[in-house]
Amino acid sequence: MTPEIRLTESPAHLRHGANIGQPLTRRDGILKVTGKAPYAADRHPRGMLYAVLAVSSIARGRVTFLDVAAAKSHPGVVDVMTPTHKPPLAEDPDAKTNPFMFRMELLQSDAVRYANQPIAVVIAQTLEAATEGAALLTPTYETLSARVGLDADESFVPPAVGPGHPPIVEHGDVEAGLAAAAKAIDASYETPAQYHNAMEPHAIVASWDGDKLSIDTPSQGLAWAQGRIAGLFGIPVENIHIRSPFLGGGFGSKGLISGPQILGIMAARLVGRPVKLVLRREHMYGPVGHRAPTRQRLRLGTDGNGLLTALEHHAKTVTSSFDDFYESAADASHTLYASRAIRTSHEAVRVDTGTPLFMRAPGEATGSIALESAIDEMAWACGIDPLQFRIRNDAEVEPISGKPFSSKALRECYTKGAERFGWWERPLSPRQVRDENGFLVGWGMGTATFPALMFQANARAVLRADGSGVMETGAHDMGQGAWTALAQIAADGLGLDIDRVEFKAGTSDLPDAGIAGGSAHTATAGVAIHNAGAAVIAKLADLATRDQRSPLFGAGNAGVIARNGRLHRRDDETRCESYADILRRAGLAEIEATGGGAADPVAQADYAMHAHGAVFAEVKVDPDLGQIRVTRMVGAFAAGRIINPKLVRSQLFGGMIWGMSFALHEEAVMDRRSGRIMNPNLAEYHVPVNADVPSLDVLTVDEHDPHVNPLGIKGVGEIGITGSAGAVANAVWHATGVRVRRFPIRISDLLMAG
Amino acid sequence: MKSFDYVRPASIPEAVSAASAPGAAYLAAGTNLLDLMKGGVSRPDRLVDVTHLPGLDRIEPLADGGVRIGALVRNADLAHDASFAKAYPAVAEALLSGASAQLRNAATVGGNLLQRTRCAYFYDVASACNRRVPGSGCDARQGENRLHAVLGWSDACIATHPSDFCVPLVALDAVVEIEGKGGRRNVKLEDLYRLPADAPEWETVLEPGDLIVALKLPGDASDFAAHARYLKVRERTSYAFAIVSAAACLRLERGSIAEARIALGGVAAKPWRAHEAEKVLAGGAPNGETFRRAAEAALAGAKPSGDNQFKIELARRIVVRALSLAASGTPERIPALPASPFSSVPGALHDA
Repeated sequence: MTPEIRLTESPAHLRHGANIGQPLTRRDGILKVTGKAPYAADRHPRGMLYAVLAVSSIARGRVTFLDVAAAKSHPGVVDVMTPTHKPPLAEDPDAKTNPFMFRMELLQSDAVRYANQPIAVVIAQTLEAATEGAALLTPTYETLSARVGLDADESFVPPAVGPGHPPIVEHGDVEAGLAAAAKAIDASYETPAQYHNAMEPHAIVASWDGDKLSIDTPSQGLAWAQGRIAGLFGIPVENIHIRSPFLGGGFGSKGLISGPQILGIMAARLVGRPVKLVLRREHMYGPVGHRAPTRQRLRLGTDGNGLLTALEHHAKTVTSSFDDFYESAADASHTLYASRAIRTSHEAVRVDTGTPLFMRAPGEATGSIALESAIDEMAWACGIDPLQFRIRNDAEVEPISGKPFSSKALRECYTKGAERFGWWERPLSPRQVRDENGFLVGWGMGTATFPALMFQANARAVLRADGSGVMETGAHDMGQGAWTALAQIAADGLGLDIDRVEFKAGTSDLPDAGIAGGSAHTATAGVAIHNAGAAVIAKLADLATRDQRSPLFGAGNAGVIARNGRLHRRDDETRCESYADILRRAGLAEIEATGGGAADPVAQADYAMHAHGAVFAEVKVDPDLGQIRVTRMVGAFAAGRIINPKLVRSQLFGGMIWGMSFALHEEAVMDRRSGRIMNPNLAEYHVPVNADVPSLDVLTVDEHDPHVNPLGIKGVGEIGITGSAGAVANAVWHATGVRVRRFPIRISDLLMAG
Repeated sequence: MKSFDYVRPASIPEAVSAASAPGAAYLAAGTNLLDLMKGGVSRPDRLVDVTHLPGLDRIEPLADGGVRIGALVRNADLAHDASFAKAYPAVAEALLSGASAQLRNAATVGGNLLQRTRCAYFYDVASACNRRVPGSGCDARQGENRLHAVLGWSDACIATHPSDFCVPLVALDAVVEIEGKGGRRNVKLEDLYRLPADAPEWETVLEPGDLIVALKLPGDASDFAAHARYLKVRERTSYAFAIVSAAACLRLERGSIAEARIALGGVAAKPWRAHEAEKVLAGGAPNGETFRRAAEAALAGAKPSGDNQFKIELARRIVVRALSLAASGTPERIPALPASPFSSVPGALHDA
């Protein structure tokens, strides 16, 4: 079968040596900029209908009436799916058999549990008719008062935070540490609710053929999506075929298949025709996850030398009224600073919102901006330069566990980043520097960190008699560059030039590549690919070294190396044979093998594994008007082995921009009475525009880490946000002398304080 | 989307006739109206597409030395018209500080004058909004109202007018030429808009069928060309509406202010002409002391409509800064970050 995605239009690359480590241009770039890369919403199967969600305008209560007749009488409307008119499900959408299974609203009742919850689906011949049909439903409600904000209700200690971490962790005696401290600070910080806002809204095109289901939908986790759909519809996993070659951003909101996507499948079932359902931008503010707001209190103490005696980090957050996900913000204090005593704790309240979920650096980002602000405040209280203070308190072993780090080049990040930025010119006191136009200038920094995770993945490698290779894994390209970086690993694994490898990814019929999340996709899928390549090369070597006609005869399987489509004897490189010759003589059209990637439990038990970095920011502030502009950012990161420096640089840029966005721009404004989000659009929910993005500079520090995984990869997807948000916030303080502890920092904060 | 009739009249009288029916709305570029229709905020029964009307896309000199701008001239075309930008630099700067390059390429002069408020409660059809549904109430009054009006508001409505373009136009005594059922008439732009009072749904003095065909700047509007600026403060550098903005235009004679024009944006339901401030400035010395007194006068009647006390002080400071910038002279070229406080930052030559 001809693969649908052919990356043959990529520009020619000039390379010297191995594929890994080369700054290849993304191979799908030309497809994307010419509009030839098919995204889910671009699909249009024959006979397709359009589905549009009707969503709740109240945050809590129930729907008492839907004017289905009015909607149905609108020209073009085919059907209206409601709680009383929908295909049966094999599983209760409110069932929860594991912590990563989140409850969905699939019209199982008339209950409303948050604003923007789907309450009906209108299916029509055209998008316009379905949209108007949804408007004509004019629901009436029985409304209960909405619980909004961090003080909405009694708080409680969540059973677990983030991906199953304990809510309270202690190491040493924080109270004793604070009592003994020469200097101490006690400060509270607030972060708002944020929404993923991927450029591509969640979209699905679903077609049923009996009990077989074909789907086009963006997914960061194809196998998990298959499993969830199989459970809900009571069909075997192998009956479900998902295509997800490209995502227009995911950031965690496409990690698990969401309720609206399932509604698209149900709509197709109901009408017996293919159905397309694309979320409107405002519909993304509710049923597809978000970053929960937090209020974090940090208490720090230091001895006379500026060494931390205590670090307490308490985070209050929210979850939905009906499910459990808790932003693990306080855990950011576990790994960076060597305090004699550390205590982290969490509490939560239930509010009438969609369930918060993973959003790029979940917990790490929210925790980092508070921690890095507090560290800055502590350094100032001690009269020590904030970088000097961080270096002084840098942890030799992971503070909370006492484990050694598998590798940690943070010191080099500090020094190289500071040098590149010119940090050591910085005056200690705030509000000291003005530029030639009279603007206040401030410099701030923050430490970046993110765990080096591994999930589970499989890959299948094939070598063909024409000397080419195939590597297959159901990997996900969310824009980070998997089509390129994983193909580079595949090429090296197969000992072939990258243009001789057909790399297949992005569909559910390929081996499970795990989830593209936790910054672990390149590491996890990459190791699977690496192992599959090694396995198929071993088979090939076996053929050659047992064959008396081969120049490699007798070398033994371990006695050969694969390079440029040939096997060479390790002890005599002049003795070699091409893959094609070996297979042809053996009369084989192709050979194949599989490989897996997963965490090594022994290494995990022995080492703390994290990527690190240091981010430096310069801001300018209008002294009278309070308008802020970030003018310069430098990030130095140590993240293990870098597969593709060009893609990595872009990933880190993206993270740093998001960090700036966190400090200065992003906030979902919720009406405190109705619980509705008042800015659910990209005009009013601000993310930086080009004119806000400063001169960015990224440098990476080499790290050889033999423990994280066989390829030494730590991942770069999320670390860029951490450190950066705090660096910008600290720079604003340094420019103005005003410490703003509620994010995003606004003009009014500076104006009213000055 | 609601089904609607679409008509494309060939002449202005045909357009006026077609748009006089209840539920009709004019469509030009649609940069605001189509968004409102998609959100169910506006639900017209008939769209009268005026984009094919002849003769409305010209920029013409007037006998009095002023200029007449056809209602269908695109924002970007007007801003980049060299002689227009030279004569009315604050207007060009305001135009280029608004929206995005793509929107400016599409949006028309006439449409810009009639753009609707960005109040979130106006956009959110589940909220009470007297402007959208007369008599329904105002959920903004006790709601999230950090960015709402501090001048001219009423308990019925605290929304602001979002245009940048209109702020220097009001300062320069722009006039709109309107064709209606009774023929053609001129209305000062400042008088086109109504403050909300008890009837915020009546946003302008336009009657059903009235079509803005042109905008005129009088002959004396170019007298300020040497000292005219627009300043816009916002949380992000581009593609954001003003928290507060100001147009400041000065005519200096022998080192003192012969005449001044000041208008504020983002503070009221209309672009706000600060007549009292102009009186303070007239005859004064162009210095900080005079500018501060003018700012006090401009905001004398201001009061917060919610969580927006800061906008009053911000507006005062913006008035002072805009006047200072105007006094120091119109720059040779429109800055790379038009209207931004950071427009003077070296190296900031991004295309905003």
